[in-house]
Amino acid sequence: MSADKFSNPVVRWIDHRLPIFSFMDHELNEYPTPKNLNYFWNFGSLAGISLVIMIATGIVLAMSYTPHVDYAFESVERIMRDVNHGWLIRYIHMNGASFFFIVVFIHIFRGLYYGSYKAPRELLWILGVLILLLMMATAFMGYVLPWGQMSFWGATVITNLFSAIPFIGDSIVTLLWGGFSVDNPTLNRFFALHYLMPFLIVGVVILHLVALHRFGSNNPIGIDVSGPQDTVPFHPYYTIKDFFGLSIFLSLFAAAIFFFPNFMGHPDNYIPANPMQTPAHIVPEWYFLPFYAILRAVPDKLGGVLAMFGAIAVLFVLPWLDRSPIRSGNFRPLFKIFFWVFVVDCVALGYLGGMPAEGIYVVLSRVATAWYFLHFLVILPLLSVIETPKPLPQSLSKSVLGGAAMAGAASAVKEKVR
Amino acid sequence: MNRGLGFILGFMLLAGNAFAAGGGDVVLKHKDWSFNGPFGTLDKAAMQRGFQAYSEICASCHSLDYIAFRNLADLGYNEAEIKAFAAEYDVEDGPNDEGEMFTRAGIAADKFPSPYANEQAARASNGGAYPPDLSLITKARANGPDYLYSLLTSYKDAPEGQDVPEGMYYNAAYPGYLIAMPQPIYGDDVSYADNSATDVSAIASDLVYFLTWAAEPSIEQRKRKGVNVMIFLLIMVGMSYGAMKFIWADIKKA
Amino acid sequence: MAKTQTLEKGETESHVGRRDFIVVATYAMAGIGAAAVAWPLIDQMNPAADTLALASIDVDISKIEVGQAITVKWRGKPVFIRHRTEDEITSAQSVDMGDLKDPQTDDERVTNPQFLVMVGVCTHLGCVPLGQKTGDIKGEYNGWFCPCHGSHYDSSGRIRKGPAPLNLEVPPYQFASNAVIKIG
Repeated sequence: MSADKFSNPVVRWIDHRLPIFSFMDHELNEYPTPKNLNYFWNFGSLAGISLVIMIATGIVLAMSYTPHVDYAFESVERIMRDVNHGWLIRYIHMNGASFFFIVVFIHIFRGLYYGSYKAPRELLWILGVLILLLMMATAFMGYVLPWGQMSFWGATVITNLFSAIPFIGDSIVTLLWGGFSVDNPTLNRFFALHYLMPFLIVGVVILHLVALHRFGSNNPIGIDVSGPQDTVPFHPYYTIKDFFGLSIFLSLFAAAIFFFPNFMGHPDNYIPANPMQTPAHIVPEWYFLPFYAILRAVPDKLGGVLAMFGAIAVLFVLPWLDRSPIRSGNFRPLFKIFFWVFVVDCVALGYLGGMPAEGIYVVLSRVATAWYFLHFLVILPLLSVIETPKPLPQSLSKSVLGGAAMAGAASAVKEKVR
Repeated sequence: MNRGLGFILGFMLLAGNAFAAGGGDVVLKHKDWSFNGPFGTLDKAAMQRGFQAYSEICASCHSLDYIAFRNLADLGYNEAEIKAFAAEYDVEDGPNDEGEMFTRAGIAADKFPSPYANEQAARASNGGAYPPDLSLITKARANGPDYLYSLLTSYKDAPEGQDVPEGMYYNAAYPGYLIAMPQPIYGDDVSYADNSATDVSAIASDLVYFLTWAAEPSIEQRKRKGVNVMIFLLIMVGMSYGAMKFIWADIKKA
Repeated sequence: MAKTQTLEKGETESHVGRRDFIVVATYAMAGIGAAAVAWPLIDQMNPAADTLALASIDVDISKIEVGQAITVKWRGKPVFIRHRTEDEITSAQSVDMGDLKDPQTDDERVTNPQFLVMVGVCTHLGCVPLGQKTGDIKGEYNGWFCPCHGSHYDSSGRIRKGPAPLNLEVPPYQFASNAVIKIG
């Protein structure tokens, strides 16, 4: 990349010494992107924008928030009532957490379906799972800050998970609390960490992007791009497509903020925290419900905690569990079926996590939890051995243009791939 | 893969239902409140009546911690009226130059003083039950406005076989049916300057208007802004779609 | 920068006119949207409603004896209210304008000459001058004296000697009645 590319002399001067413009031009402008990406590829950029929205509104909220057990709830109400546009900013932040998770979940399921975790993108995937973990920690600590009943009891229940660790569990919990129960020191450190972690996420996101740009985006066909005829420059083709996706995302987001701001919250969190009284029915935020269901499905305390963390840990090793060389689920008839069963399983876990832990719900939770692990640990490894994939097209351009030409060539590719 | 979105959205709805299901098996009375829906507005006359009912009926036990007298401007009161309301209350202030706390007449910037000094005092005066603060009550209960309306209008004689202990009252809308609050409204408890109806359901309804505003004074502004933002965003969806189609026109598959 | 590039790209291809219009209009919408979002994030730093509610206060001055002064807090700053003696009023009114660094007649600084109301913050670097309490040093002009850098103010709060450039500031106020002044 030569600096002569830029007509503006100031830009040229800077770029010669600090090639930031060349870098941006290379990675955001001319960056070759497969031309056949569908709308599920919008969710990566949407996740990035969600992160920016959360950080911007979060920094602003921190200017009016007081991390003290006596003032936290009141300071949030002051934001809602007295701070200029405070109610808007807080509702954006509050609903933003949910929308961030919606976007990231869709992004993950897209990766699962189209095999975006497969070679050579294993590290890209692992960094993504790391982002998910950091997001969960950040969201959990953020939910504690308003210091309502759900904040307090959520913090109590989740931090108590660590007491399941043999021998040192209780000491770890005391360390996390900074006392003998969730109290002011806990709130203070959660605020500090809630402010810190989004910037760690930004760091991992940058690595995620570096890894992405090493081999470029996967695509719905799942085969590698074979040349320039298969790609388009990122700008303007995908900037405008991402912008269109963003408009739709913002429309849904705004509808929630302005018309149903408390739909995804819980009424009990508008009651100030009371360490003497647990609400009748406590549930975590909806995005934790599947994991909560897994936790409760195992009748053993340590076992439940291990299963819950295992549900995420298994994603780290996914690239080595699914050995099939075919990336896209479109060409894997059996995988496709099991993928959708898995989606239903996750939805079911989410539903069960919100139900009381009694009767039929317990049984169903156990079945759904078993299936979750079965999918990753047994079905995927097995499928890569027994499944006969459909013929792959020869190149992206061929498949984009359609036509009979590809049918003949496809079988040859299949031979090669297998 | 396109069905995926539907599933994820379904997931959300299910989760939402799971929360709502937490409330128990009481059936709430649904009312068509003026603040419902995306174009909802608050009814100032009803809010003023509700404020009067709160002051005369509820305020002796229930605090309104997050509302200041100045907020009453939202109900349509002018500065002089607000000053007069505030001045009726004694507010503790201080310490003065001698180091003593003193009471003075309330000013517009003061919050409504609590009827009790603290939670313990409140419990002691109410047979151990704590009258909750009302400033967030409609947000702190599932389906808050309907719940509050139902609660205030569902005091009944206990059915056969329902044992009602001393100090408890039967209420068909309360989870578990036994509530420590005696029936607060019997009808004609207040007399309104505008001669509005003062039967139980009318007063309950006025209170719901007042307390819904108290829980979220920005509710009307929020919805108004929301409509404008939605119009802007939907135009942006249309235009960016058009721009995308033009830009992609020469790439699209044959 | 990026925007102009898009347009240049657009020009080399077909249906230039319509495309240019819709693309530019879309970018314009995005710009308006971004500005509309940025404003609440900035405006939240302005004083909140509860802060503004205390921006004006009522002060009862009926209990201030002649020759006494009270200090009240207004917008986070001390406000001096002095019930002046006849001597103080006369000496404040009889000053030659030529002697003043920041010429202002006493009449310009008071509504009712008996009560002098001003913000008790030295115009030099923001210290609070002495002179409110009976035992305080009042400076060479029998008014207020700022101990930080030695500014002397007279009985009308005007700067007479020392580094301060201006007279003590008179806040906006009015007499709500004979006994109550409303500051702010």
